[in-house]
Amino acid sequence: MKPALFSYSAPQSVEEALEVLASDEMARPLAGGQSLIPTMNFRIAAPSALVDLRRIGALNGRAVEGDVIRVGAMTRQRDLERDGAVQRANPLIAEVLGNVAHIVIRNRGTVGGSIAHADAAAELPCMLLATGGSVVARRAGGERTIAADDLFLFHMTTSLEAGELLTEVRIPALPPRTGYAFQEVARRHGDYALAGVCALVTLKDGVCSSVRLAACGIASKPTRLAESEAALLGAPPEGEALGRASDAARDYATAADDRQASADYRRDLVSALVRRTVTKAADRARERA
Amino acid sequence: MSTRQFGEAIERNADPALLRGEGSFIDDIDLPGAFHAAFARSSVARAKIRSVDVSAAEALDGVLKVYTCDNIGALDAPLPLLIPAPDLTHPRTQRPLARDDVFYVGQCIAMVVAVDRYVAEDAVRLIDIDYVPLPVEMDLEKAVEDDAPRIHADVPNNVAGRFCVETGDTDAAFAEAEHITRIKIRLERSTAAPLECRAIAARWEAVTGELTVWDGTQATLSVRGGLASLFRIDEDKVRVIAPNVGGGFGQKIMMFHPDEVLVPLASMELGRPVKYIEDRVENFIGASQERTQIHTLEIAAMKDGRVIGLKDDFLHDTGAFIPYGIAVAHVSSTSIAGPYRIPNFRVTFRPVYLPMVQVTPYRGCGRPHACYAIERAMDQLASELDLDRFEVRRRNFIGKDEFPYPREGLIFADGLQVIYDSGAYEETLNRLSEAIDVEGFRAEQAAARDQGRYLGLGFGFYVEGTGLGPYEGGYIKIHPITGKVYVNTGLTDQGQGHETVFAQIAAEQTGARVEDVIVVEGDTGAFEWGVATFASRAAVCSGNAIHKAAVKARAQIVEAAANMMECSKEDIDLRDGAAWVKGTDRRAALAEIATATNPLRYAFNEPSKSATQFAPASRHDGPQLAEGRTPGVEATDYYSPPHATWAFGAHAAVIEVDPELCTIVVKRYLCIHDCGRMINPTIVDGQVMGGIAQGVGGAFYERCEFDEEGIPLNANFMDFLMPYATEVPDAEIMHSETPSPLNPLGVKGVGEAGTIPVAQVYASAVEDALQPFGIAPIREAPLTPDAIHRMLKQASAA
Repeated sequence: MKPALFSYSAPQSVEEALEVLASDEMARPLAGGQSLIPTMNFRIAAPSALVDLRRIGALNGRAVEGDVIRVGAMTRQRDLERDGAVQRANPLIAEVLGNVAHIVIRNRGTVGGSIAHADAAAELPCMLLATGGSVVARRAGGERTIAADDLFLFHMTTSLEAGELLTEVRIPALPPRTGYAFQEVARRHGDYALAGVCALVTLKDGVCSSVRLAACGIASKPTRLAESEAALLGAPPEGEALGRASDAARDYATAADDRQASADYRRDLVSALVRRTVTKAADRARERA
Repeated sequence: MSTRQFGEAIERNADPALLRGEGSFIDDIDLPGAFHAAFARSSVARAKIRSVDVSAAEALDGVLKVYTCDNIGALDAPLPLLIPAPDLTHPRTQRPLARDDVFYVGQCIAMVVAVDRYVAEDAVRLIDIDYVPLPVEMDLEKAVEDDAPRIHADVPNNVAGRFCVETGDTDAAFAEAEHITRIKIRLERSTAAPLECRAIAARWEAVTGELTVWDGTQATLSVRGGLASLFRIDEDKVRVIAPNVGGGFGQKIMMFHPDEVLVPLASMELGRPVKYIEDRVENFIGASQERTQIHTLEIAAMKDGRVIGLKDDFLHDTGAFIPYGIAVAHVSSTSIAGPYRIPNFRVTFRPVYLPMVQVTPYRGCGRPHACYAIERAMDQLASELDLDRFEVRRRNFIGKDEFPYPREGLIFADGLQVIYDSGAYEETLNRLSEAIDVEGFRAEQAAARDQGRYLGLGFGFYVEGTGLGPYEGGYIKIHPITGKVYVNTGLTDQGQGHETVFAQIAAEQTGARVEDVIVVEGDTGAFEWGVATFASRAAVCSGNAIHKAAVKARAQIVEAAANMMECSKEDIDLRDGAAWVKGTDRRAALAEIATATNPLRYAFNEPSKSATQFAPASRHDGPQLAEGRTPGVEATDYYSPPHATWAFGAHAAVIEVDPELCTIVVKRYLCIHDCGRMINPTIVDGQVMGGIAQGVGGAFYERCEFDEEGIPLNANFMDFLMPYATEVPDAEIMHSETPSPLNPLGVKGVGEAGTIPVAQVYASAVEDALQPFGIAPIREAPLTPDAIHRMLKQASAA
C-alpha cells in the first residue's frame, strides 16, 4: 500500500495551481486527501503529480453574505461544522456534517473536496442538492457557476471540466418558515450512507409552500426526490400526502443489490427516511414560525 | 502481613510508554542498511501457473533480488503441518512460494527485495504471471459433493478428514428422548484484523553465524525451533524477538506465514537486514482467517426440558490449507455441550478445503461456533417446550457440587480428557437475571410495544477450556546491585498486560514493589523453555510457573534476611521492597540481601562493601560460596497443567430494533465473567471488554466476503466492517470468582472469553424484540440490517 511515484507541488495561488494542472493532464489537485490518498495507496489512482491546495489562502475563507453562505473549497469540514455564523444562517449544514465520517476525518477533509469527489453515497453533495446550492469553478482566464442540479452526473463524476478547479461552494441560508432535517442509515457510525435523506420544508398556513428533498446512497448520484416533493406541495406535511411522498421515494432507489443492502431494503429505507425527515423538518418549521 | 499485590486493580505498567508513542514495534526498529520485501500474490483463486516472468522486476533500479520457488533451495517444500492428527487423512500445507499451482487469492508467488518498500511494490507490479484458471466451488456445503471441483486433485470431496467424538451412549439417549429439537446454524468467515499487521525483520551476522529475527509473533520459541530446523542452524545461533506487538488474537500464533522463512533467507543471502511490514490488504488476503462453520444440531430432551443427548454434524471451512491441523474444529466439537450436563453426545465433523486463505485459530477458536450452536438450540428447545429460556438452562446446568465433571472419552485440544474443574453456573445465571431485572424488563418491553417500539432481551452462557499445556516456565532473580526483581518467561505479549500481572505475582512473594519488577519475555535470548501465547493460557501456565519460582525465591530471601538480621526465619516479613523483622523497624532492603548473597571481590557501592572478601559480614572459613549453594537470589520453575481449566460466564443485552429501518440500538450490555481468582481486575476488565468488542464484530458487522470466483470483495477497512468504539456497547462487567482447584494460584484464562457468546446474545435479543412480527428464528451470524429486513419481509408475506 505504497503509492506509485508522483511529483508534488504546493502553489500559493489559484492561478499557479491552474497552471500546473493545465501543464499535465495526469496531475490531480490535492485537497484534504481523505479519499485520494487511500486510492493512491491502493494504486487505484496513480496521478503523475499532486497539486496541494492547502497553501492557497483564497480557497480557505467562509462568509455569510445575505442569504448565501460562501465557503472556500479548502475549508475543513470540521471548521464549517463549528462556525457559529454558518450555524445560524443554516443549521442543516452542521446536522449533515455530523454524519460525515468521524471528527478526525472532518478535521482534514474539505468541503470542496467532498463535493468534487461526488460519491453517490456522500452527505455533502446531497445537502448541496437539497438546498439548491452551487459551486464556482475556475479555469485559466475565467470562471463559471454550476448549480448543484447540474453538477452531479454519476458516482464520482461531476460536470467540472478538465482544467477547471472547484474554488467555492455556495449554500443558501435557510429560508424563512422553513424547517430542515437530515437522517441517514449507515452500517457503522460515520460510514457512507446506505440511504440518507435531506429535507427542507417551508410551511405557510399549515401546508407546504416549498419542499426540497434529496437522497444519497440510493442511486448512481445524489438524487432529488421530485415526485415526493410534488406529493407534499400544497398539502399538510402529514397523513395521506406524506404517505404518497414516502411511497413515491421508493422508485428513486435504483441502486442494485450490494453487499450491505438489497435494492428492496434501500427502497424501504428511503421511503421511511422521507417520512421521518419531512416530519422532523415540518416540526422545526413550526418552531421557527 | 504482606502488602497485597495479587488481586489488586493495579494500573498497567506498560501503558505510559505505549500511550506516549514510545513503544517499539518492528517497523520502529531501525536496522541500518535494511532492504525491504514485498510479495507478488495470486490474483485468482485456483489456477495452474503457466509462467512467472520476473525479468522486468529484476531489471528495475533498486531491486536486489526476486525470489520464486525456483531459487529458494530447500525451502521450496510444503511448510510444516504443526499439529498432525491420526484422522487428518489428507493434510495439505502451502509452499512458501507457489509452485505450478495457486490455491487462493493472496497466495505468495514471488518475493521482491528492494532498497525500499516503494520500489519493491513497483517491481511487484512488473512481474508477469500467466494463469490457467480452474473452476472453484465457494459454497461450503456444495464443496463436499462428489461432483464439486477439487481444490487439491488428490483430496476427494475436498475433505481433509472425517472426525467423530463421542461421550456416553448417544443412540440410547435419542431412543429414550421425549422431544427432539433440530436446528441448523451458520457462522461466517472473519479475520482477527490486528491493528498492527504482521511484521518481520531479520539480520544475519556472517561473522558470528547468528541469525536475529524480530517477528510480531505470539510464539517466539516455536518460531526459533522452526527456523533452526529449516535453516539447520543450532538454536544458540538463532534469536527470535517479539518486541511490542499490536494485537495478535491468534493470527500471530500461526507459523510459518511465508515471509517468516523467506525474509531470514533473504537476509542470509544478501548479507543485509531485511524487513517485511505486511500492509492491510496483505493482512486481509494473506494472513489466517477463521469462523465459517455450518452445524446441524439435534438435541434429545425430556418433556421437563432436561437434555439427555445431542448430535452435531458440522462442516468446517479450513481454507485452502490446514497447517494448524484441526484445532478450531476440534475445540468446537469438544465444547458443544457448553455448561450443560448433556451426558451423551456425538459430534461428527469434516474440515473442508475451499479456495481461500487458510483458517487457523482466531480469538475464541471454535468456541463461539459451539456456543452459538448450543445456545440457539437451547432457546429453540425452550420455545418448543414452552419453557422459560432461563429455566430450561437451569434444569441442565452442571451443579456446583458436581465438579470435577468429566466427559468420558472426550479429548480436548491439549490431548487430555475434558474435565470441567469448577464452576457456579446456576448462581451466575441467577445473578445475571437479577442484574437485568427480567420482570421489570418484561413490563418495559410491553409498554414500549404499545408505543410501537421493539425491545428484546438476549442472553447466552458459555464455558471456555483455558490454560492448555504442555507447560511454561518462570525465572526470577533479584538483581544483585539494584535489587530489582527480574522475571522471564517464554511467552509473548500483544497488549494483554503480561508485564503487569506477572509483576504482581512476583511481587506478592518477594515483597518487591510492583514497579520494581522487570518482566522480560518474547525473547528467546532471555528465556528458552516454553511454547507460546495462545488458548487463554498465559496466566495459568506462565503465571503459575512464575509463582512457583517466586515461592522458591522467597525462601531464599527469608533465609538470607534471617541470617543478616540474626533472627529466626519465622520472624521475617517481606514487604515494600525489604525484609523486616516482625514487630520492629529493623529491615534489610532486597538490594542489600541480593548483594549479601552474592560474594564479591569488588565493591561498587555502600552495600556491596559488605559482600567483599575482607568485610566482617562475609567472613568464611571455607569457600565463600558454600558447596551446593548458588549466588544471589535466583530460581526457576515450571508449571504443566493436569488438563484445561474451565472458565465460564454469561452475557445479556437489551436491544431495541427499529423494524422500519432495520437498525439496532444496544440499550444495555451485561457480562458476568468467572476466570477463577483474578490477578488484576483491571486487566480482566480489559480482556473481557476487548473480547466483547470482537464478539460484536462477529455478531453484527464483520464478514470476509468472496465472489463466486473466490475473489475477496471487502479486503480493506472501508468495506470490512470492524466495529468502531461507537458500535461497541458500554458493557456492565461483573466478576465472579470460582477458584480453579488445579493450580496453585487458582486462576483460569480470560483472553478469549468475551468474544464467545456475543453472536448468540445479539441473535436472541433481536429475535425477542421482533417476536410480535412472527419472524423465523435467527440462525446465522453475523446478523445484519439487511438480514433483519429480509426476515421481516418474509414474516409479513407469510
